[in-house]
Amino acid sequence: MGFVSRGFRGRRREGESSRRLPTGQYLTGGFPVLSAGPTPHTPLAEWTFTITGEIDQPRRWSWEELQALPAESVTADIHCVTKWSKFDTAWRGVSVDTLLDGVETAAEYVMAFSDGGYTTNLPLDDVTGGRAWLAFEFDGQPLEPQHGGPVRLLVPHLYFWKSAKWVRGLRLMQDDAPGFWEGYGYHMYGDPWREQRYSGD
Amino acid sequence: MARAAIQRRLNWHLAEVLDVVRETPRASSVVLDIPDWPGHLAGQHVDVRLTAEDGYQAQRSYSISSAPDEPRVTITVERLEDGEVSPYLTDELRTGDRLELRGPIGRWFVWDEEDGGPLLLIAGGSGVCPLMAMLRQRAANASRVPARLLYSARDLGAVIFRSELERLGTGGGLEVSLTLTREPSPDWTGYGRRVDAEMLADVAWPPERMAVTYVCGPTPFVETVAESLVALGQDAGRIRTERFGPTGG
Repeated sequence: MGFVSRGFRGRRREGESSRRLPTGQYLTGGFPVLSAGPTPHTPLAEWTFTITGEIDQPRRWSWEELQALPAESVTADIHCVTKWSKFDTAWRGVSVDTLLDGVETAAEYVMAFSDGGYTTNLPLDDVTGGRAWLAFEFDGQPLEPQHGGPVRLLVPHLYFWKSAKWVRGLRLMQDDAPGFWEGYGYHMYGDPWREQRYSGD
Repeated sequence: MARAAIQRRLNWHLAEVLDVVRETPRASSVVLDIPDWPGHLAGQHVDVRLTAEDGYQAQRSYSISSAPDEPRVTITVERLEDGEVSPYLTDELRTGDRLELRGPIGRWFVWDEEDGGPLLLIAGGSGVCPLMAMLRQRAANASRVPARLLYSARDLGAVIFRSELERLGTGGGLEVSLTLTREPSPDWTGYGRRVDAEMLADVAWPPERMAVTYVCGPTPFVETVAESLVALGQDAGRIRTERFGPTGG
């Protein structure tokens, strides 16, 4: 038998909610915030979203152009590497598939980049196939700046630091490279179901 | 320890609890002997994992409050009344117990003397814990980097590390300012309100001093402080934040 913490009983969850909670996570009803610096505020008139890197002709959308694209409603469980999980979060946004439609690229990875200098790396396969969105609504309301508004990347199947706040573009890359937290020791991929929190997990 | 550390795997350690020190009615420091501890940087945290007899586990993160050079590693924990892990650490854990943890974690919210200064530290509640590691390291190294700490607490009894901060703030280039958000006694000479732009303008150096700034506390506190500092002309790129939600554990 392994180590037991003397006197610890804990607060188990039974049934469905325990199956939906990855190892090491706890359920929260709130929406905690984690970011590395001050919250940026880019006026919508200046906001653009760009796809650059391994692509013949970079693509760019203004706020109005993004709003004109077909949007989807997404309900997903989210898991933060700082241990909280939140079930059934409701978002609205544009699928990354829509933005990449018709793009020819040799890239296998993307680097999401954001206002304030934040970056995070993901395999291209993880932001395509209906698994990633540019989200601009949360719970039916415009996404608040402290939660990443006006637009954040939403990739709910990975730890939530991969869902870059204040996202402004994707750089298509042939090779993987660490983003911001990944350069500070966090995992390059970040699958909560394999508890890939830190480098080497 | 070099900043560009090699990416090494973070293994779980079984630490021995040497002491549990009550800092305030709600906060305790847990002093640990951790075999094979690789050392840490001021500002880093650990992941603590508790295991019940039936194998159920719970994990949370806690800041290291001890300086890198101290022989023992100390984490300081505030008890959340409805928490699952923090009440165990502050009220159940005792000398001789063992505690499973891994770390150190986080190489962004860290300071050492090479990062220079002046050093501006702004703490809300138990957000003072990682900042204390920085101040303890600064004192241990007899650093000449000028430093200021603005620390917001509910009342005087909730001020963690109060006597040590008084001592550290007597000479040595550290200025400590406290603000109490619940009505202070008539003889209180510090600030007596929530941190606001006016208070930050008082405490912060002028923007041209290019202070390195660390802000740690609950999310609304950090949001207010960081946005006010940027509005005062401080470089957003020199402000590092760490936030914790009200729903931790």
